[in-house]
Amino acid sequence: MSGSDPARSPLAIYEDWLRQGKLAYQFSPAAGRAVFYPRLVCPYSGSTELEWRISAGLGTVHATTVVHPTQGAPYNVALIDCDEGFRLMSRVEEIAPEAVRIGQRVAFRVHVPGGEDAPYPVFVPQGEG
Amino acid sequence: MHAVRRGAAAIVGAAESDLGHVADGMSPIDLMAQGTIRALADCGLTLADVDGLFCATTQGRTSAMSLAEYLHKPDAYVDSTIVGGSSFEIHVAHAAAALALGLCSVAVIAYGSTQRSVGRKQASVREVNPYETPFRPFLPASAYALAASRHMHQFGTTRRQLAEVAVAARQWALLNPAAWEKKPLSIEDVLGARMISYPLSVRDCCLVTDGGGAIVMTTTERARDLKQKPVPVLGFGQAITHASITSMPDLTETGARASGDAAYRMAGLGPAEIDVAALYDAFTINTILFLEDLGFCPKGEGGRFVEDGAIAPGGRLAVNTNGGGLSYCHPGMYGLFLLIEAVRQLRGTCGARQVGGANTAMVHGNGGVFSAQASVVLGSMATL
Repeated sequence: MSGSDPARSPLAIYEDWLRQGKLAYQFSPAAGRAVFYPRLVCPYSGSTELEWRISAGLGTVHATTVVHPTQGAPYNVALIDCDEGFRLMSRVEEIAPEAVRIGQRVAFRVHVPGGEDAPYPVFVPQGEG
Repeated sequence: MHAVRRGAAAIVGAAESDLGHVADGMSPIDLMAQGTIRALADCGLTLADVDGLFCATTQGRTSAMSLAEYLHKPDAYVDSTIVGGSSFEIHVAHAAAALALGLCSVAVIAYGSTQRSVGRKQASVREVNPYETPFRPFLPASAYALAASRHMHQFGTTRRQLAEVAVAARQWALLNPAAWEKKPLSIEDVLGARMISYPLSVRDCCLVTDGGGAIVMTTTERARDLKQKPVPVLGFGQAITHASITSMPDLTETGARASGDAAYRMAGLGPAEIDVAALYDAFTINTILFLEDLGFCPKGEGGRFVEDGAIAPGGRLAVNTNGGGLSYCHPGMYGLFLLIEAVRQLRGTCGARQVGGANTAMVHGNGGVFSAQASVVLGSMATL
């Protein structure tokens, strides 16, 4: 059936999971490691057999910055290392942007911007989510 | 290992186009053509001699086609590889290979940008990345800020040490009549400047200018008969480790480690034998990482290495002697200007900022967000 059924995009599957409140990532059995962002091909092995898994949503702040726009309030942008072994860009909410610390434990929650925009994952300090 | 020989190709001509804020209506291809004619005049060749065109710009998807039309070169060998600011260091490697294979005999590498005139958003359209764009990183600055945050966390690097890089660049720029910035800069000025993306203030970030230029390459054999002292290409290397900052394998170590190693190996030189360093300083953290990754100091020591004016005029290592992307000019992609300055240093024509007895240069280009790293080792004819 592959000739008549186009593959679903990795992004569409990822966003569908987010709509259900889940942070999904891929695992490559061939490489024995997590893959993120979601793809059609495992970059470590070339395998197209990638499993979708659901993250427990816990991670650690790996790097952090505070963006100072010319208009509006400063905001946080961070790289989060999830415990399953993948890294993603996100932000830490519920604390001041400059209070976000490398090494801080954080927990996922989904952010729904509304309208046409897709949901995306944000994080809060663990224990405060 | 490849078959391009050390020193087989040389840079023979080099020139900037108009810089800073160019005349209204000027196009990136105008600046490429202006730079090309000036670089040809510099070495005594003419447009009729040119049969290879290498170029890139953020303001056109098919710049080699545009430049071939503009200069009427239907038969030219062309290459518009574009991987950000280091494209031009990669063009040097590609031109050296093309010259070795006889695909062309005189290669021009050209760049032009009207980024200041048309505005940054016009000049460089940001691609949407569904895994990053929702978080509104101010790119590219925020990506470099994230890397800086990691370096500060792991190695104790300070904002003051980052500021040293900007101050050194400014001191060099004050010796360069072509530099955009004309006033002194202090560490306190950098620390107190408007914050862009912590820990980077506006003075930790490159300029936004117009500008362009060109270099001319041919075989070193042919170069001997031309007007200027040839600058042979002793080695080159590249490494493309990621495209988006989220995928950078290690935020504190760049592909410059691999690209530099390859370039040094081909050149038969090491960092201790480099007289002049031209390191792509889009942000102050770049210089620190490249000093480490290119072997000028151990990993993690870059911040301490640049303290007390160590890379400023009169310091222990001459880095970015034109004033760099931080204080001389930075029209979107800066890689070509690193090459132009290194050529001038190796010719000995840098006037007040000349490094005495400069015979070797490490030129290191950076593209994307520490993504595409490309190194070129240049020498004087004495190094052959």
